[in-house]
Amino acid sequence: MGKLLVEDKTIVTPGEELAEGMDFLPAEGTFRDKDKIIASGLGLVSINGRLIKTISMAGKYIPKKGDTIIAKVTDILMSGWILDINSSYSAVLSVKEARDFIRRDADLTRYYDIDDYIVTKIVMVTSQRLVDASMKGPGLRKLIGGRIIKVNSNKVPRIIGKGGSMVSMIKNATGCSIIVGQNGIVWIQGLPKNEIIVVKTIRKIEQEAHISGLTERIKAFLEKGTNKKIVVEKVE
Amino acid sequence: MAYIKRNDGRKFDETRPIEARVGVIKNSDGSAYFKMGKTIAYAAVYGPRSIHPKFLQNPRNGKLRCFYNMMPFSSMGERVRPGANRRAKEIAMVTEKALLPVVDLTQFPNSVVDVFIELPQTDAGTRCAGICAASMALADAGIPMKDMVASVSVGRVDDALIVDLDYSEESYENGTVADIPTAIISRTGEISLLQMDGKLSREDLKKAIEMAKKACSKIDKIQRDALKKKYEVKNE
Repeated sequence: MGKLLVEDKTIVTPGEELAEGMDFLPAEGTFRDKDKIIASGLGLVSINGRLIKTISMAGKYIPKKGDTIIAKVTDILMSGWILDINSSYSAVLSVKEARDFIRRDADLTRYYDIDDYIVTKIVMVTSQRLVDASMKGPGLRKLIGGRIIKVNSNKVPRIIGKGGSMVSMIKNATGCSIIVGQNGIVWIQGLPKNEIIVVKTIRKIEQEAHISGLTERIKAFLEKGTNKKIVVEKVE
Repeated sequence: MAYIKRNDGRKFDETRPIEARVGVIKNSDGSAYFKMGKTIAYAAVYGPRSIHPKFLQNPRNGKLRCFYNMMPFSSMGERVRPGANRRAKEIAMVTEKALLPVVDLTQFPNSVVDVFIELPQTDAGTRCAGICAASMALADAGIPMKDMVASVSVGRVDDALIVDLDYSEESYENGTVADIPTAIISRTGEISLLQMDGKLSREDLKKAIEMAKKACSKIDKIQRDALKKKYEVKNE
């Protein structure tokens, strides 16, 4: 019978032994060395039955198919745009994947110019990390106005919350429109003073994401910031 | 005169007081501060990011690139001329080779992870302090790592085998001196750096390496504690 060497939800460092015995299985962020399971990065241990994985706390965004992200146009090609996706790699948006039909001789800057921010979707990632993006889909568009902040992409799930509960709580409290890209770029638009509250709130989530009781703390923080009572909707 | 008592009153197998912190450089992806007695090392990690010129890219693996720099005012003697010199290039190379066995960059083809080691104050043992700081900074940056590396210098002054030589011991004039910087991969106990300056018998070398392993396991604990401390729950 195997033996766990760490508790669930503890922070482990690379090379730390997590479990002993062959009945445990190494998942994401871990590997097996003989009969031991070892952490292969700094992260939070998550034990799910026999599966042991670590959720990384830092590191750049790794592009994944199907992710909706916010990207910045950095260059224009003959038949598309190069996007900075806040990752180690850049993405390409081809004219074929733009919202409407674009003629071959059209001036591409009229659609998306250099330094524009767009909400886009990743449609393909190859083994060599070549990334293809698309604008075909609901909510994918160019962003006009508002402000952009960058957060740790590993904390994005906590900023969004279960079923979007956290981000909708912030939206309701401040009346800002917020788009959170999976790559850690967040777009905020609203009254300037409310935008600042949103930025502060997101920074707080980012810092305290791994500590339990996050929703309660953020709720209190927002109430203090906006001087309004917040009713948290229960997500089934 | 034999070397019976160390200049600063330490035991023969005792390192200088160590201080370690991570996340000290805000603009980097990961950073660390490692202080050993009067030797101070900062390490900053950037990446994985794209590497140029393009011929340096490796489509099968990511690259690790280290830089070592002593600041102009860092030494006790004359001003150190800034920029890379023969010595700095060599130390950067051995640092890279000491860290490479634990860093796993197969997930990041065609990219590079840059490690910058800066030394604002030096009192011997800089490459060891640099490796310790770099190992922590890499973990802080969320780079996949199989293990962590701890490093310390061991050696012989006159006829005493000692751990962690400071400058006064390295330049001891009343007898022979051997200085052996070592780096040990913490969990497996493998050696990833072993250099020697001076003369030493085979038996003494074996004993010295054993002493280094003991000292490194202590340093390893300090490194890991520093990494965990960053994510500790702050009491408000």
